[in-house]
Amino acid sequence: MTTSPEILKPPVITTGPIGWIRTNLFSTRLNALLTVVVIALLYFLLRPSLTWLFFDAEWAAVTSNLKLFAVGQYPSDEMWRVGVVVLIVSLLAGLSWRVWSGVARTFARAGGVIFVAMAFVPLSLDSLDVEARLWILANPFVIGLGYLLARVINVPPGRLIIAWAAAFVLVLFLLRGSGWMPGLPEVRTTQLGGLMLTILLSVVGIVASFPLGVLLALGRRSSLPAVSMFCTLFIELIRGVPLITLLFMTQIILPLVLPQDTFLDFIVRDRVMRAFVAITVFSAAYMAENVRGGLQAVPLGQIDAAKALGLNGFNVTLYIVLPQALRAVIPAIVGQLITLLKDTSLVAIVALLDIVGIGRSIILGNVEWRGSQREVYLFLAAVFWIFTYSMSYASRRLEEALGVGRR
Amino acid sequence: MTGEERPAADDIIVCREVHKWFGDFHVLRGLSITVKRGDVVVVFGPSGSGKSTFIRVINRLEEHQRGDVIVDGIELTHDIRNVELVRREVGMVFQSFNIFPHLTVMQNITLAPMRVLRRPRSEAEKQAMELLERVGIPEQAAKYPAELSGGQQQRVAIARALAMQPKIMLFDEPTSALDPEMIKEVLDVMRELAGSGMTMIVVTHEMGFAREVADRMAMFDEGTIIEEGTTAQVFDNPQHERTKLFLSQIL
Ligand SMILES: Nc1ncnc2c1ncn2[C@@H]1O[C@H](COP(=O)(O)OP(=O)(O)O)[C@@H](O)[C@H]1O
Ligand SMILES: [Mg+2]
Repeated sequence: MTTSPEILKPPVITTGPIGWIRTNLFSTRLNALLTVVVIALLYFLLRPSLTWLFFDAEWAAVTSNLKLFAVGQYPSDEMWRVGVVVLIVSLLAGLSWRVWSGVARTFARAGGVIFVAMAFVPLSLDSLDVEARLWILANPFVIGLGYLLARVINVPPGRLIIAWAAAFVLVLFLLRGSGWMPGLPEVRTTQLGGLMLTILLSVVGIVASFPLGVLLALGRRSSLPAVSMFCTLFIELIRGVPLITLLFMTQIILPLVLPQDTFLDFIVRDRVMRAFVAITVFSAAYMAENVRGGLQAVPLGQIDAAKALGLNGFNVTLYIVLPQALRAVIPAIVGQLITLLKDTSLVAIVALLDIVGIGRSIILGNVEWRGSQREVYLFLAAVFWIFTYSMSYASRRLEEALGVGRR
Repeated sequence: MTGEERPAADDIIVCREVHKWFGDFHVLRGLSITVKRGDVVVVFGPSGSGKSTFIRVINRLEEHQRGDVIVDGIELTHDIRNVELVRREVGMVFQSFNIFPHLTVMQNITLAPMRVLRRPRSEAEKQAMELLERVGIPEQAAKYPAELSGGQQQRVAIARALAMQPKIMLFDEPTSALDPEMIKEVLDVMRELAGSGMTMIVVTHEMGFAREVADRMAMFDEGTIIEEGTTAQVFDNPQHERTKLFLSQIL
């Protein structure tokens, strides 16, 4: 050991792009070698794909069928109803932006940007006519309107949730219409298709299977043997069956076992409704297992403390157990909901044309597009990715906002 | 014991020949005790002797299987309405705090008054602030439990129990999970509470606190109370060999 100050080399740059490359890719000789090899490999592997993507791909199969992809066989005369539905959602998104901020703000803004991009997308007017572009372009303004509205009038968060729920019912009603409503002739559910059907199936599936799953999970832990046995049996039976089988079974069996000509006719007679039932029941069984994991993670001391305060069993569950249980399993729940979104494409098996079904029928149904499989499936993958990524993004933000792991 | 001669109105907790089993394990073996209104009773004894089980029987977090437990004139039976009535009158503070981690300090305290007593929020919050002042942490109202020290959490737990305006407070080793420097702040709150006339049963081995605050003391061993008397009697003239031995070990 010497006592005189050591002479040091100047520190290596570690900030900026050059610094980043140095520390991450070329920090040691081995790392540098690996970096070069990987870049070379990527070049050889990706060159054909990238050349195809940027120079050879023919997107006409997608661009010429935008309406099919969006709404399937929805009658052209009734397209305004779809437009209004999207506007309703935009208005609520704008309100939520102001009221909830956080992730709602991100989505409202991103939605606005996407709408603008879609309205001015450089495609021929044959692909996307002026009227459609105007409908789309109205959305960013309506989002802004919602935001401003919520600034002027005070909207309590609870009220907003009710508004979303009411809008949900209104949307379903608008899209379907009914024989006795002037100006809103009935659209058969088999005419609902494309992305619209995918979103509808997913949203209804999520909205219905979440509470059902929670109830099943609670029921499974019930102290009443009959309830807990029924729930366990239900969960295990459903989880033992592939979704495809369940879809077939609801299509064929529900009309046989449910009584005819009753209020249940809307399920019995309607192929989409029967698919809803299959998806909801399937997703709920998995949801129940996820929630059960969360319920087990709540310490018994929490329940003791709540009971000792005089809260009854229902309130203990509602205010103490469930909030903590659900918080603990948000990632699992969102994973489950993402699976549900992707699984909706299985309804093609029972002759419903969701966005994947539409893609397939475009390729198979028309010689002109038969060579465009790659483009169509890539497009479908991109659409699904946008939705699933949004969901996992929302889940992460939700976890942050709720302080999961900290509280 | 002289309990049966006292006027009943004065006896806020009466346990007579209480037995409880966990499966085959006989945890409470014919336990009897009477607590008078306004008394502070310190319960002590070796680990595993049934102290926690005993105080959990009083608000029926555990069910006893034989004998009578009568709290402020209400007999604890399978009748769920009686159980809920008793729980409103009996506050409890746990060794492990059991603060609700997903709620703020304020929400922890206002939850039960709002949901059980149907108090309006403004009133519940006003009362919560008063209680936080009383336990000395009004500035923590908006925080989440994870942001508080153990001593602060335990004081929130006390405020949360007091928000139901209980007639009786049960403490199960309230300071034994705390670092030494935080024990005092919790004991100070309990001392003030005792001074205000609250009926308290405190499981603790803080013998300084017991000598200063307790009116009576009860020594547990193997599921029964082997010695019970005034604080002075138990400390200065214990009758039972095991009490002497135990006290000599912890003092
Ligand atoms: N839920 C339970 N199930 C089975 N045994 C238990 C349970 N709770 C406590 N015991 C047992 O009962 C005995 C008394 O426990 P406890 O009342 O906690 O004693 P103390 O608080 O005096 O240490 C211990 O032997 C303990 O293992
Ligand atoms: Mg104990």
